[in-house]
Formats: sequence, structure tokens, C-alpha cells
Amino acid sequence: MTATAHVEACLGQIAARDGQIAAFLHVDADGARARAAVLDAQADWSAPLHGLTIAVKDNIAVAGQPLTAGSRMLAGYVPPRDATVVARLLAAGAVLVGKTNMDEFGMGSSTELSGFGPTRNPLDVTRVPGGSSGGSAAAVAAGMAWAALGTDTGGSIRQPAAFCGLAGLKPTYGRVSRSGVVAYASSLDQVGPLATTVRDVARVYAVIAGHDPLDATSTDEPVSPVTWRGDLAGLRIGVAREHLLAAEGLDADVKQRMEQALDALRTRGAVIVPVSLPHTRHAIAAYYLVATAEASANLSRYDGLRYGQRVANPPTLDALYTHSRADALGKEVQRRILLGTFALSAGFQDAFYQKACRVRRKIADDFAQAWQTCDLLLGPTSPVPPWRLGEKVADPLAMYLMDAFTVGPSLAGLPALAVPVGVDIQRLPIGAQLIGRAFDEATILAVGDVLQRAFDPTLEAA
Amino acid sequence: MSAFEAVIGLEVHAQLLTRTKIFCSCAVTVGGEPNTRTCPVCLGLPGALPVLNAEVVRLAVRAGLGTGCTVQAISVFARKNYFYPDLPKGYQITQAELPVCLDGQIVLDDGKVARIQRIHLEEDAGKSIHGDSGTRVDLNRAGTPLVEIVGHPDLRTADEAVSYLRELRGILVTLGVCDGNMEEGSLRCDANVSIRPIGQEMFGTRVEIKNMNSFRSVRDAIAHEIGRQADVIQDGHAIRQETRLWNADFSRTESMRSKEEAADYRYFPDPDLLPLHIDPAWLALQRADLPELPAARKARYQGELGLDARAANWLCEEPPRADAFDRTIADAPELATAFAPFLMTQVQAQLQRNDRPWPEVDAAMPALLRICRKWRAGQLANKMLAELLQTAFADTAQPLADALAHAESLAGAVVSDVAALEPVIAAVLAKFPGEVAKYRAGQKQLVGFFVGQAMRQLAGKADAQAIAALLADKLDA
Repeated sequence: MTATAHVEACLGQIAARDGQIAAFLHVDADGARARAAVLDAQADWSAPLHGLTIAVKDNIAVAGQPLTAGSRMLAGYVPPRDATVVARLLAAGAVLVGKTNMDEFGMGSSTELSGFGPTRNPLDVTRVPGGSSGGSAAAVAAGMAWAALGTDTGGSIRQPAAFCGLAGLKPTYGRVSRSGVVAYASSLDQVGPLATTVRDVARVYAVIAGHDPLDATSTDEPVSPVTWRGDLAGLRIGVAREHLLAAEGLDADVKQRMEQALDALRTRGAVIVPVSLPHTRHAIAAYYLVATAEASANLSRYDGLRYGQRVANPPTLDALYTHSRADALGKEVQRRILLGTFALSAGFQDAFYQKACRVRRKIADDFAQAWQTCDLLLGPTSPVPPWRLGEKVADPLAMYLMDAFTVGPSLAGLPALAVPVGVDIQRLPIGAQLIGRAFDEATILAVGDVLQRAFDPTLEAA
Repeated sequence: MSAFEAVIGLEVHAQLLTRTKIFCSCAVTVGGEPNTRTCPVCLGLPGALPVLNAEVVRLAVRAGLGTGCTVQAISVFARKNYFYPDLPKGYQITQAELPVCLDGQIVLDDGKVARIQRIHLEEDAGKSIHGDSGTRVDLNRAGTPLVEIVGHPDLRTADEAVSYLRELRGILVTLGVCDGNMEEGSLRCDANVSIRPIGQEMFGTRVEIKNMNSFRSVRDAIAHEIGRQADVIQDGHAIRQETRLWNADFSRTESMRSKEEAADYRYFPDPDLLPLHIDPAWLALQRADLPELPAARKARYQGELGLDARAANWLCEEPPRADAFDRTIADAPELATAFAPFLMTQVQAQLQRNDRPWPEVDAAMPALLRICRKWRAGQLANKMLAELLQTAFADTAQPLADALAHAESLAGAVVSDVAALEPVIAAVLAKFPGEVAKYRAGQKQLVGFFVGQAMRQLAGKADAQAIAALLADKLDA
């Protein structure tokens, strides 16, 4: 298949379905066609992503294409440079089809909180695609792109992947460059791929992973290649009681799929080990303090002065700031800025931000303890299957609770992979989450591949 | 008034002498077309990340070692949050709880020790330019690397504050950390000033003074503020904790903001930057690489070269001047006691008269030493020297060293041979028989009068010592 044919197929899907799905904020049809033509002419099959289409979440800079991060604050902003991950995709021969919708600045779990309207789940358009990388997940699930880049701060790649029946990887913190990625919470944000299969995720991951001198938090830890496996003999898979047996609000179908997943892995030689992550119940509180504290500073630059939206004729400088931000930033973003500002305020910082940082270390210690007895962890990505549009949007706390299983690995900086493990009774997709040791993406990818095949025998053995 | 003593602590911001900014590779320059020395990082564009410039760390560590600080194995960058148009990210990256250096000291001229609390690294903001058509922002300066050197409130007078600042500046310039230019703002100083009744332990309410851009304004502003606070207290009022700006035009401090308006900066560790680790082995290399510091140099000038304290301090005030002095005097240390005052008085007077900057002198020091040597040996009369210097310093068409050599060639030789001097002396003695009689009667100081008269006849171009010797021969015979 030529790159051009592949691009045309994707653009055809976009034309056919994106009016309803709204996965994209910007489609670069001309650019994608032109690039496909060039790639076809070069026919460089050694390029690891030769001619493959990738959709890019709209908080990742593509030079010359609009960048909004789902916020009306940034309407009209065009970044001057490619994010490092984008430059790497292009160098690997990928074709970028466009920029995908997201919860504003990554703040949401359903892509309903975009400043430009919600994205719908292609598998059931009455339901959310998850978030905040919901546009990326929907684009891949609807065949509008071969794979997509998302960003994950507390679950924003894994949960939409699970909701759209895809595989999605949040790499170890520091594994993938954040340069050119609009910051939500800098100590948590990571870029990662979403694709139909774990193997495709691994292919994109191999291209974007690795040290970047433009990001001081990116590590030069070597990226080991994945060894695909047929059986899992000798592998110890931990199951945290807090993620399954003792998990609150866990949907029965989700629980059942997890048990099936464990059975499947046991059948293939893995040993299942019960473990405990006792601080899990504090993870959401810690996450929403750390993330919002960092966000309160990260979003200060959107002040209406140098770029983005500015209120007309403000009487004073204070009015310029206040009205520009109040007008252009969404309610949830304002809520999180206020929460984070409060968490850092004099007199409250110790009780909130500092305490959250201490809890964060306890959570990391929990995982370190678990690695004494197991090689990776398995549990659900989301406690429930995708919900209906509007169902939770009025109740931010209910929405925050949906992140119960994803924020822990984020706080600990660990790699985590969402893997599709079948559907519920309404044929809505369910995703397992595999959590690995720091910088051991290779193990969760290999196990994720085995797991995905166990649930989908149609996947050809490569 | 005399019942109070002042308590003063200085906060000094020094711009580091790096080629590039602290977190990006933009050039650090003074001026330039507004907003041309910028990139996504220092503009705070979405997605841009700071990456620490290693040279910044080296210079901050040098500043710490030069002021006797303990360099910290781990320090942490923090975000200081506030909104201002010249602050592109809405926060400044600085160091808060864990700065790069702690606990140093500065020894003042009189031997008093003033402690340094901490030295931390930070980025400068841009510049707001307020004009008739509104405020414009130039971000060329945004991201310029600074160290802030925070002193303990150990200073008691405006003069001590100036002495502290001079000494600190000398150290920073000697180490190549900062160019020390206060007018251009590469060295900036804020002062915390309070007063208290003499004998009282507790500090009074402090006022922060900003906007002092010369040693003179530091002295004047602090002296003025001490007086203002004494007046306020003697009038029965309390000092308000506030920030005041020094207005040099009106020689007064003016209120800028009070504590009630002070912001909550919500410092927290910058998650974009890892903690800064300083390797002990590298630190040892830095320590070994330190040049002679001003205090040691002053001691050497007085001990080894025999200079007086005034000349030694004056030379060390500008480290490049002392460097040039050292190079020039290396082969002729016996001339140091003559050469230093020669530079400090005659040469400096010429510079001021001709409005020329000192650095020109540094390059011409070998020529000046040659001239000084001739003068001391009597090969140049005082008047000839003065004329020579005047001619050379007025000549801006060529480098000072060349101008000096040229003027030297025009000056000609001093008249010192007996055959030429004798008739002149004879004529002078014949012209003033009364004075000769008085001299012989015991008014020996009249020898100066005779030398002066002879010099006048010889148009100043004679060897005064030779004339004096001949006079003594004639008069005392």
C-alpha cells in the first residue's frame, strides 16, 4: 500500500465520520497528501514509520499548524517549532494528518471539556471517548489515522485508549521529551502513543523515546528493544487488592474481564502474585493537588499579552489579566488553577501541596515494595466502561474518581499500558492496565501483546 | 538623632558574564533592537522548556568561593509566581529554600566582617519601557543569568554599606563573574534599612530601598533613609514596612509599595529542572582555579610593594587596573611606590580633564611606567612631565600609548649639564643679591626660590636636583 493510498483512506474516514465524531481540531489534508507523495517517491522502507499516518494531540506543537491545547485562550496561535516528538516522527517517515481534540489543557477525562466542543466515541457515539486524549483515541478507533500521539498526566492516554478499544502507553516519566508539549503538570506529563495494537504502540514508542537535550527532565537511560514472547513462563504478575478485590466502585464487567485477563496470563505461564498498594486511596487527592499546583504556574503564561486571546480595551493591567483569563479559560481550567493556587498559598502550602508531595513519595514506595515480589502489575484502566456524554460533566468530583487507577503510576513516574481485553455486555470496550518498573516499558509491552492476542485471536502472529 | 543606630543589609544582583542566557542559547547582550534576542524559551511560548546553562553554575560557584560561602552539594530551582508584563511565563525561575551557596563573608576596609547569608541563581525579567503611548515590553533581557547575593544585616552606616559593596564588586570582577557596571545595571543593589535606639538588640521595622545605580547613590540613599526614619520616630510616628525608591534627582526616597500590598509568591520547586548537583571533585578544581582576590592583593601591595593603604585600595577597586599594574610593575617592583601614586594623582587628573575612561590607561601602562621612571630619575622635570601628559591625553587621534611616546619624543632632554646650568645660576644670583644675603644669613629655605627662578629661565626643562646641587656649591662656598 502506498503512503498516498493510506493517507487517502484516512482522509476519507475523516470526511465520512469526523463531522459527527469531532476527533480533529485541525486536519492538514493538503500537507498530508503532499508529504505522502514525497514519501512514495523516496520509497525509503528503512524508515521505521514509512508512510504511516499519525494524528497529534493538539497540545503538541507542529510547526506552522495551529496549536490550541483545546483552549479558546490559544485560538489562532501557531507555534514556530516542532515538538521533539513530532520532529522524530517526521524523521521516521510518518505522515501527520492533523491535530486532535482534547479536554482543555489536558484537564478532563472525557474530552467534553474542550473549548471547541466534545469528541464522541466512534464505537458508540452517545458515549465519551475518554480524555483528555479523546480526539487521538477517537481518530485511531475510527480509522482516521494509523496511530496517534497523546499526552498522559493522570491517565489521559490510557483511559481514552481503554474507552476506544485501543492500546495506549504512558512511558516512564523522563522517557519521552516534553519539549514543545503544552505543560499541564510538568512533573507528571508524558507523551505516548495510542494505536490499535500493542505492537503498533511499541513501534511509535521506539521512535519517540530517548534523551532530548531540550528537556532537562528527559533521561539518557537506554531504551531496550521489546522481545516479543509466546509464553510468560517465569514472569510474576502482581495484582493489587486496591485495584481489584478491594476497589470501590468497580464495574462488575470490568472486574470480570480483569479476572479473565489474569486467567489468560496464568495459562501462558505467568505466576499471579497478590500485592498491596496501601496508599492508593490517597492517590486522587495527592494527584489533584500536585497537578493543579503545577498547572497554576504553568498556565500563568496565558495572560493575553504576547499571544492568545486578549480582552478588548481593558481599563487597567489587572483588568486585562482578569478578563482575558476569565473569558477565554474554561470553568474546569479555572477551577484547577484556583485549587492549585490555593494549594501553594502561604499558610496552606504545607497542609496541601507539601503533604501531597509526601503522599506521592509514599505511593512510589508502595510500588517499590510491590517490585520485591512481582515484575509488573495488572489491573483495570478505568473502573467503568465509557459513560454517556453529559453524564458526569456537572460533577467534577465524580469525574476525578474515574482516575483512581491511573494516577498512582503517574505519581510514581512508572510506565503503564492500556490493553484492550474485550467488551462489556453493551459491547463497550474494556481496557486492562499493565504497570511496569521504571524504564521497563519492554516488559509491559511484551506482556500486553500476549494479553491482547489472548482476547483477540484475529491478530496475526507477526 | 545620635541616639539611634542603623541596621543595614544589602541584596546585590549581579549579572553573570556568560555568552548565553541561563535557560536557553540566546545571546546575552546589552541593548539590541527590542525583542530580537529571544527564542521560545525566554519568550515563554507554550511547550518551551528551560535547560540550565553550565557556565552559569560555574560562575555562581566562583562567586560563592570568592566570598567564603559553602557551596551546596544540592540546590533546587523554584518558581516565584507573579503577573507582570515583562515576566513572560508568569513566574520567575529562581532558587528559594535551597540556594547554591550559603554562609559567606565580606571583610570591609577597616577589617570588620559582614556576613553573607546566601547566593542564589535566577533569571532576569524583561524590561518595561513606560512611554506616553503606553508601556512597551522588551524581552531581550529576559532570561539573563543573575546571582542574588543576600547579606546579613551586619552593616551600621552608609559608608560601611558602600565599603561592603565595593569589596563585593571587586571580588566579582576579579573572578570574571560580573562586569560590575552599576550604571548599566549589571550590578544592582537593594538595601534593607532600619534604625533602633543604641543598645537595643531588637531590629526596628525595615524599609527596602531600590533604584540605586551608583556607589554614590547607595551612600546618599541609605544616609537619607536613616535620617528620614529618625525624623519619623522623633516625630512620634512608627516606621511603615515598605519599599521605597531612591530618587537621585531630588535626593530622597519615595514610597513604592507597602507590606500590605506584598504578594504571596507561592514558591515551589520548578518541575522542569532537576535539582542541581555539584560534584565535590569538580568543586575542588574550581577552588584551585581561583585567582588572587582583592583582599589578598591589597595585603600584598602594602606588605611586599610598600604601597600605602589608600593607593592599594584604589588600585584594587578596579581589578583590571590592578592586573595591568601588576603586569607593568613585575620587572620594576622598586618603582611601585612611585608609580601607584603617579597613576592615582597625575594620570587620573589627566583622565578627568580630558573625560577619557580608565581602561585606556591599562593598555598604556608600560609607557606610563617608562615616563614615571624618567621623572623619578630627574630626566623629566615636573613641568615637562605635566606638559607631556597633557599633550598625550589631549591627543585622541591615536592610542594613548602611542600618544605618550610621541609626546615623550617632543619633550626633549632635560638640561642637566653644568656648562649649561652655571651661567643661568650665576645670573639668578646676580639678579637677587638681597635674597642671597638672606640665604647666607640662614634662610636656607630660599634655595627653592633660586631653583624656581633658574627653572623659569630654562623654561622648566631642567633637572631641579642638578640646579639645587650647583646652587649649594655657589651659595655655601
